[in-house]
Amino acid sequence: MAAGEELTLSGHIQHHLTNAKMCTVDGSVAFNKACSEAGFWTWHIDTLAWSIGLGILFLWIFRSVANKATVGVPGKLQCFVEMVVELVATNVRDTFHGKSKLIAPLALTIFVWVFLMNLMDLVPVDFLPAFAGWVGATFFGMDSHDVYMKIVPTTDINMTAALAIGVFILMIGYSIRIKGVMGFVKELTLHPFSSKNVVLQIILIPANLLLETIALVAKPFSLALRLFGNLYAGEMIFILIGAVGLMQLPLHFVWAVFHILVIVLQAFVFMMLTIVYLSMASSDNH
Amino acid sequence: MNLNATLLGELIAFAVFVLFCMKFVWPPLMNAIEARQQKIADGLAASDRAEKDLALAQDKAKDQLKDAKAQAAEIIEQARKREAKMIEEAAHKANAERDTILAQTKAEVEAERNRLREDLRKQVAALAVAGAERILQRSIDEAAHSDILEKLVQEL
Repeated sequence: MAAGEELTLSGHIQHHLTNAKMCTVDGSVAFNKACSEAGFWTWHIDTLAWSIGLGILFLWIFRSVANKATVGVPGKLQCFVEMVVELVATNVRDTFHGKSKLIAPLALTIFVWVFLMNLMDLVPVDFLPAFAGWVGATFFGMDSHDVYMKIVPTTDINMTAALAIGVFILMIGYSIRIKGVMGFVKELTLHPFSSKNVVLQIILIPANLLLETIALVAKPFSLALRLFGNLYAGEMIFILIGAVGLMQLPLHFVWAVFHILVIVLQAFVFMMLTIVYLSMASSDNH
Repeated sequence: MNLNATLLGELIAFAVFVLFCMKFVWPPLMNAIEARQQKIADGLAASDRAEKDLALAQDKAKDQLKDAKAQAAEIIEQARKREAKMIEEAAHKANAERDTILAQTKAEVEAERNRLREDLRKQVAALAVAGAERILQRSIDEAAHSDILEKLVQEL
């Protein structure tokens, strides 16, 4: 156990589940425990670094393939990239019937980025946190228990919420672009209960608004919480397995194999739901 | 659950990544894929066309061969006819020539015979006259009896 002898099991788990924080306290940069009072303006530097790093990795690989993309016989990497692009393009074509230059690249970005972030879950749980602790203790003179490193960005609710909010903004944007502001307002107020009688319709507006708003807001919430919940639980089980001594090796293997499925599936589900939600937002009939 | 400024950072990162993907990753990849699909479709169409062309060419060749054979047979037939005709003509000509020559020869022979007969008659007449002269030397006056002699000559 990287956390050392004096820490309890729950302390060890807590250590694994805590992000590296950065904030400004009294005009100077502070880290981790010093940030407990910082409130909203706290940055999870591990989440940010890993997610942006992985995003850049994704774009770098795909961009370099796109630059060298040949119409003739493609190389192996180009084949792989094209397979992924084809998969996303097929799903977008099948689900989203409007014309949009944004949806397909958006879906591709979500799929590959979320997949890469989820993939970090398969790195043995203690490796990178222990390494970070060693680096912190050796080069910065910190207590290694005070160095936090959570390497799976999608186990941070901020990450998944950011993705979901991004999608939510696009949903509203598409709704307004396709149906106009009034169309969007009508959609929120005149369904699902509608009446030919004007007075009755006006009475029904609050109920409609409540239901439709809940239905609308539930979408980003479910997006964010589904991904976060799956990955957080998976990570938690890796950490728990990591605490059972030698028996952890076969257990880790079994859970990792199962988790491969979860990793790909959650990335795919997030992408598919994004396409479906945007498709719903940009279709006129309710 | 502690939502904090990380969310804003990730939101900005998300937007930047999506925009980058939309501008610089998706279009070239999609272009390459679509261009290749087009190329493959063209290739398949071309191979189809070539197959059809081949079948057409084979048909044409067969037709031409048939035509050529028919033409050759016709030419041979014509040649044969002409040969027969030429032989016939030659035979005709030969016959005609033979007839002509034969007729000529006959006429010549006839003429010769006539001439010879005339000669012979003249000689016989002369002989007869000479004989008669000798027999009738004294009694017959050549001038007085010339009409009888002439009649004799005529009768020979």
